[in-house]
Amino acid sequence: MSVLVNKNSKIVVQGFTGTEGTFHASQMIEYGSPVVGGVTPGKGGQQHLGLPVFNTVKDAVDSTGADTSIIFVPPAFAADAIMEAADAGIKVIITITEGIPVKDMMQAKPYAKARGAQLIGPNCPGVITPGEAKVGIMPGFIFKKGNIGIVSKSGTLTYEAADQVVKAGLGISTAIGIGGDPIIGTSTKEAVQMLMNDPETEAIVMIGEIGGQYEAEAAHWIREQGNPKPVVGFIAGQTAPKGKRMGHAGAIIGGKDDTAEAKMRIMGECGIHVAKSPADIGETLAKALA
Amino acid sequence: MNIHEYQAKEILKSYGVTIQEGIVADTPEKAKDAAKELNASTGTQWFVIKAQIHAGGRGKGIINETGSNGVVLAKSLDDVAPKAKNILGGVLVTHQTGPEGKKVNKVLIAQDVYYPGESEPKEFYLSILLDRGTGQNVIMASTEGGMDIETVAEKTPEKIIKEWIDPKVGLQGFQARKVAFALGLDGEAFKQMVKFIFSLYKAFEGTDASLFEINPVLKTSDNKILAVDAKVNLDDNALYRHKNLAELRDLSEEDPLEVEAGQAGLNYVKLDGNVGCMVNGAGLAMATMDMIKLSGGEPANFLDVGGGANAETVEAGFRIILKDPNVKAILINIFGGIVRCDRVASGVVEAYKKIGTIHVPIIVRLQGTNAEEGARIIEESGLKVTSAILLKDAAEKVKQVLA
Repeated sequence: MSVLVNKNSKIVVQGFTGTEGTFHASQMIEYGSPVVGGVTPGKGGQQHLGLPVFNTVKDAVDSTGADTSIIFVPPAFAADAIMEAADAGIKVIITITEGIPVKDMMQAKPYAKARGAQLIGPNCPGVITPGEAKVGIMPGFIFKKGNIGIVSKSGTLTYEAADQVVKAGLGISTAIGIGGDPIIGTSTKEAVQMLMNDPETEAIVMIGEIGGQYEAEAAHWIREQGNPKPVVGFIAGQTAPKGKRMGHAGAIIGGKDDTAEAKMRIMGECGIHVAKSPADIGETLAKALA
Repeated sequence: MNIHEYQAKEILKSYGVTIQEGIVADTPEKAKDAAKELNASTGTQWFVIKAQIHAGGRGKGIINETGSNGVVLAKSLDDVAPKAKNILGGVLVTHQTGPEGKKVNKVLIAQDVYYPGESEPKEFYLSILLDRGTGQNVIMASTEGGMDIETVAEKTPEKIIKEWIDPKVGLQGFQARKVAFALGLDGEAFKQMVKFIFSLYKAFEGTDASLFEINPVLKTSDNKILAVDAKVNLDDNALYRHKNLAELRDLSEEDPLEVEAGQAGLNYVKLDGNVGCMVNGAGLAMATMDMIKLSGGEPANFLDVGGGANAETVEAGFRIILKDPNVKAILINIFGGIVRCDRVASGVVEAYKKIGTIHVPIIVRLQGTNAEEGARIIEESGLKVTSAILLKDAAEKVKQVLA
């Protein structure tokens, strides 16, 4: 098992021949991810990285049976790319692109949902099921195979968490980078739900940050389910001032409920093992499993 | 991006939103000229002089140099220049600016809209913003105009009306009517409010805004609906398709170090602490700040060097952090994934040598691809730099240098 992506996924890369697309697609192929081709409008019929290039996602789906897409197209065209993938019947759409206007996502998210696609991101590192499929920009070697699921809003902090999980003698089932934008396709709760339903995942590490209500929503859901699997939580931004955007478009404290302090308190009340310091994620997990 | 009230009102007006008319001025003389012009175009006899800074609470705020409030009323033409003089060039301190305040470079001379007439003037609150939970825009309105919405939300949440807008179909007539009725309006004022809400939403969509806060919206004594103040935030990610709006950015309102960092491709936010930090990735950067605090320090900044942690970005980061005299130590925390630690380490050494002597201790924590190699390069550089691989070790070393 595992969630979202595995060795049977058929991955198509949107923005395949661009600089970012080329670099990360070759890293994904090198990792052994099942990439079946790419899409760059106007370059259909060519070969790139030894794989076919298609003009449209529909063409790619028709000839390869692709069911998963990863998007590297520039922000101005990314929402269009998401909708194209959903329209072509892609089931998992992973959007790496950073800097997509909110108004565009407001259209693209419900569009993808209405067509039954699971949108991940944007502005995220992607999804990895170690040893099977890396559909993202994360350094694959950090993620050793195992039974811990990771859900995170941030890129390098996900790598940090994965590294600590591995150093604690454990491994990762699937790590899901959900992204740091104000509108993202998959919420913390939805990602946690997937991992809770995955028989291969024994415990979950949930990494959040200031801004929004996603972590609180996930925490309440976990408690309502009776805490079926141990969950370790960390929220970045305990020292962030109110009203200042901290890098991610979504990482800004609006009201008193979306501070790190409030989120950590709610997580604690819901039976989640909260790591106060980012250096203690692995240790907290080891204790929770002991 | 934030813009000034006078800029926000110009934008609103261009979308058909009725506003309290005004003319911006940067000298007392021009303020008087503006008042004359306003008198001619609107007939107003009184003039409101409003300091233009990117912060709220101006009316109750105080100008350091003169003791004037940030918003004052002039009851005659002759009164305008001296009152504007008390504001222009001064430093305005409000509950939102912090004790250091903000320098006032411009004032908006606005018409008096609280004139007496057939009915009592009444103030309302109206805002449009993104509700992240639903991924939809929401219109918030309240009869408690002029009050801080957070206070209203806390004390009388039932007085806040919310109307979510389905992005597929946009604002519908029944929604605008619902809001206007809930505000207790009828007759001409009701009609004007519905129109006002429609124009406002059109402006919100048209400008790719992330927040419109009109507080107060005024029903005048002759049943007009006017935006008396306007706070507008625009979506930075959408500015590429609004060149005219991008030009409204006022760099003098921003922290000069943050502006400089932006030009170097760094994402920097100045804070008040004593330990500077330089990190790749926004989440890890915030987490590093938290760790500094847990180690007994206070973060001096947020600094995300992004994906390319090379010699140039590290040097630019060093220079910006070192301009802050409060910095007693610097922690570099790079998780090398795609970017290799040995390359980052060489970049740190190169940048350090280029700057010359750095008088504060530096802790470099490199983890990920080629971490051992990176640590070796740091150790062998002969520079006064401590290296660490585990985040725990880095935290411990921060503690040591602060002790």
